[in-house]
Order: sequence, then structure tokens, then C-alpha cells
Amino acid sequence: MARYIGKRLIYMFITLALIATFTFFLMKILPGSPIASADKLSPEQRAVVEARYGLDQPLPVQYFDYMFGLLQGDLGISINQFKGANVTDVILSRMGPSAQIGFQGMLLGTVLGILFGMVAALRQNTWVDYGSTIVAIIGISIPSFVFASMLQYWLGLKLDLFPVALWKDGFMSSVLPSIALAMFPLATAARFIRTEMIEVLGSDYITLAKAKGASGSEIAFKHAFRNALIPLITVLGPMAVSILTGSLVVEQIFAIPGIGEQFVKSIMVNDFSIIMGTTIFFSVFLIVIILVVDILYGVIDPRIRLSGGKS
Amino acid sequence: MTQNYDKLPQDAFTRIPRDTQEAEKISKPSVSFWQDAWRSLKKNKGAIISLILFGLIVLMSFLGPVISPYEPNDQTITHANLPPKIPVIENLGIMDGVGTLGGREVDLYEMKNVEQNYWFGTDGLGRDMFSRVWKGTQVSLFIAFVAAAIDMLIGVIYGGISGYFGGRVDDVMQRIVEILTGIPNLVVVILFILIMDPGILAIIIALTITGWTGMSRVVRGQVLKYKSQEFVLAARTLGASDTRIIWKHLMPNVLGVIIINTMFTIPGAIFFEAFLSFIGLGLQAPDASLGTLINDGYKLIQYQPHILLFPAVVLSLIMIAFNLIGDGLRDALDPKMKD
Repeated sequence: MARYIGKRLIYMFITLALIATFTFFLMKILPGSPIASADKLSPEQRAVVEARYGLDQPLPVQYFDYMFGLLQGDLGISINQFKGANVTDVILSRMGPSAQIGFQGMLLGTVLGILFGMVAALRQNTWVDYGSTIVAIIGISIPSFVFASMLQYWLGLKLDLFPVALWKDGFMSSVLPSIALAMFPLATAARFIRTEMIEVLGSDYITLAKAKGASGSEIAFKHAFRNALIPLITVLGPMAVSILTGSLVVEQIFAIPGIGEQFVKSIMVNDFSIIMGTTIFFSVFLIVIILVVDILYGVIDPRIRLSGGKS
Repeated sequence: MTQNYDKLPQDAFTRIPRDTQEAEKISKPSVSFWQDAWRSLKKNKGAIISLILFGLIVLMSFLGPVISPYEPNDQTITHANLPPKIPVIENLGIMDGVGTLGGREVDLYEMKNVEQNYWFGTDGLGRDMFSRVWKGTQVSLFIAFVAAAIDMLIGVIYGGISGYFGGRVDDVMQRIVEILTGIPNLVVVILFILIMDPGILAIIIALTITGWTGMSRVVRGQVLKYKSQEFVLAARTLGASDTRIIWKHLMPNVLGVIIINTMFTIPGAIFFEAFLSFIGLGLQAPDASLGTLINDGYKLIQYQPHILLFPAVVLSLIMIAFNLIGDGLRDALDPKMKD
């Protein structure tokens, strides 16, 4: 196990170093200067500004400076969007709302999804099952931004149940964005749990439990549900990816001051250091989640630990 | 029990001689893998309905801009922001050209003296939404299909080589894939879009740059599984070349998985194209895809919801149809699912 984790950590660092290097040089070959109104400055003024951001150094020096800063958690300085602010601070200051809607969406989606999937599996081929399958297909198919704008139009604008946008009413403001983000985890969990439950319900130990006289609910919860739940950990990775991708558009739609909205804006105004910082932040987030999921899976399911430990 | 046999009418039975030839005879015509798959796919109502629906959408994406009397990019400012109006359906009280103006319901067609009908209404520049939606569908589908085809090609070749030759080649190739799959798709797509001129080509390249890794892993796994089986060994013993083994013996077995995988790449590509357009990194005006149309419509959601409605519905229908067809194909082609 330790060897496996070590190997995965090495890969993680190679991947991250690659992403950072790639982003760095990509930003350097981008057309246009990161300095606003660069053409209007005199050569002397320009030199002063470039020296301020270290842009006058030769490229390799800039690169190693950046990579060293990265190791210490320093993502550089914002060039034109938040003049002179530290990128790490900008990202941290915007993490709250993003984390809140992301977490709420994930929680709501997984809990409802597990419920839907379980009911569907226990009442297989009834209208409950078909209904939950339809919800799952819709949840996987309809993009989060379409769903978010529908929620905003009907529940926000027409029925006036929740704030239409902005981050002013505390929890109430987070309801619609969280629902929009919850759709994909809900659908994924529902489909996954249904398939797993049906498989588990058909296995020998369930027949044995029935034979020894265990009640229906006891079998459903104590025997089937527990075993069906374990593999759900494997889809946590794709769910996290969907929440992150979704947050870019959902935060935009509901005007939430989070990292996603920030990222889209920085693309529009070409703030290189913010784009790079956020890209690296997103990558670290996703890569760490996938690593944790893989390790967790090995820890929880002994069958996997046995076979995975040797290799 | 025995006495009952005596009561049976003896003349109703004829004795059949034991015939070994007869026992070996196959009474039903043999069914090929693909016929069998089609048979079980036909039983899946959702997949068949989706297949028909998707066919209709593809047909409309080509016919739509043609049968509409207006060009997708023609602007008629006097006809701006008209709600949808369709001749027969208007009698039902929907799509009758009535919209709200200053809080009152009025027939905007009458008010603006418009004789023609715009089936899906018009946008803020007076462009016909009907032809724009179908033209956009065409562009979105084109991007998705080309991206999926390139993913498939690279993935199959890469995974095939890696799995078939194995050893050190496989080791090196798999380490590269492991690092590439570690990079989040979203990050790569956005970075590539940034350095290229926005347009169809940029989106396709961005989608395929790491998109093929999923396919390559699946193909490699399948090739690894089949190449050590007896029928491949038999072919090799008989002197078949590598090319022949790959094309004649491995490919037909791996094809099912390739098709299933592609069926799930296509909706993924459609989603990413729409996603990029929605955050402003997609096609540039006047070109339209479903994503840019949804983006345009979203800005006017409060006053002109119809501009968002139609592209959003078409996009959602395509995604649902593809997921259902993919599910159906997976059930039909996957031998493990057979009972």
C-alpha cells in the first residue's frame, strides 16, 4: 500500500510540474502584452513596469522564479485585474462561496441520488424505478448551465421563491446554484447505486439472509445497501470534476463571487497570472481528490487491498 | 405412474429412430454478433425512440436552414425580438405571436405590421431563430462528430500498439498516458482555446488534445485480453502476420467497445463545445452553434425567453438521445450483460 501511494505521489508531482511548465510557456507565447495600455508607455516607463513584475528577466530565470514560488505556495502577482494583489490571496478570498455551493451541491446530489437508486432497485420495474431512471437520464444529459438558467427563470424570476442572483441573502442565495450543481452527482449516484444494489440483491449471501429469516428492511439496509455503497467512492472523482466545471458557469449565471466566476473574468481581460494561478489551483484540487479516492477505496474494500497491495 | 402409460392412445405416437445426423443439425439460422446485437437493441424502446429522434434532429439540421425562407445571418431590424408564431398551432394559444410589452400581452406581429411567420421567433437583431437553431445544431454536431472521430482514431492506434506489442513499448506509452490523464480535461481545453484563434478548428483541437486517452486505455485493455487467447495463438502458429492478426482477429472483437466508447464521447464533445461557447471561448459572431445561441438567449432570459428555449431544448434532446442510444448499445454489445 505504502509503495502504491508513493508511486502515485510521484506521478502527481510530475503531472503538476508538467501542468505548471506548460501553463507558464503557454502564457508567454500568448499574443499581446499582459500590461494594460502597453503601447502608450514610453520605453523607460515600460522598463519600470516590466521590472516590477520581473518581466525584464530572461525567460529561464522567470521560469525558475515562478516554479520556486509555486513550491512555497506563491502564485505570483495579479497584473491587471487586481493590480498588484497576490494571486494566492485572491483565490483564497473567493473560496468561501465556491466551496459552499460545491459542498452543498455534492451533499444534496449524493444523498438524493443514493435514495433514488435504492428505491429504484428495491422496486425494480415499477413506476418508481422508471421515474428515477428518467430523472437520472435527464440529470446526466442536460448541461448544468441550461438547468441553472431554467431554475433561475422559473423558481427565481417567475415564482420568486429564491433570490434570482447575487450573493446577498446568505443561505437562500446558495439554494438555486446548489441544486443546479447537484443534478449530475444525483444522476450518477442514482444510476450507480441502482446497478450495484440489483447485483448485490442477486448474490448468494442475500439468499442466505433471506433463508435464515431476515426481514426485508434488514436485508435492504444491513446487507445490500452497505455493500452497494462502497463502489460509489469510485465515482466521487467524476462528480468532483463535474462540480468544478459546473461552478464556472453556474457562478457566472447566479453572479456568485467565487473562483469560477473569477476565472472566466480573468480569461476575458487576459490577466495571465490569475489564469495560471487558478489553472494550477484547479489541477491540484482535482488531482488530489482523485488520489484520495483511489487510496480510500483500497482502505475501505479489503478485497482490493489484497490484490492491489502486492503489485 | 406406470399404469397411466397404458391408457395413452398408442396410435397417436410414432417411434423416431435414433439418428446422430439429425441431432447435429442446426434448426435455426445462425445469427452473427451484429445481428444479435441489433436484435437486443430493437427490444430497447428508449434506444430506438432516441435513434429516431436523433435521426430527425440530424435531418432538420440540414433541412431547417433550407426550408426556412430566411438566411441564418440575415438581419431585419424592424422584425427584432418577435416571439414564435406557427400557423396551425397558434390556434391552441401557444406560439401565436403574442408577447409581453410593458407588462401587457399584445400580438407583436400585428403591432409591428409583420406579415410573415417566424416559427421560432427572432432575436434582437431580427434574425430568424428557426434557421439559426438548425444551422447551430449542424455546427455543434459537426464539431462533436469530428472530435469523436479523431479521438477514436488516435485512441485505437495508440491503445492498439501499446497493448499488442506490450513490454517496454507498453510501459513507456502507458506512463505517458498516465501523466496526460492526470491533467484535468477542463484545464487543457481552456488553455488551448486561449492560444488559438477562436473557431471550429480551435475547439476541435482543444477537445481532442487529451480526449483520446480514454479510448486508448479501453482499447489497450481489450487487446491485452484477446491477444493471449487461443485463437490468436492459432493464427500466429499458422503464420499470420501482425497486420492480419490485428485487423482480422483482434479488431472485430474490440469493435464493440470502440463503438460504445465513441457513443459516449460524442455527447461529451457536444457538452464541452456548448460550455466553451457559454463562457465566451467558443465560436465568434456571426457563426452560431447551440452553445453560442444559448449564451445569447441567456442574456435576454427575462424578456425574450424563447431565444433561450429552442436551442436549449434541441441541445438537451441531443444529449438525452445520445446517452440512451449509448446505454442501449452497451447492453446490446456487451457479452457480459447477456443472460
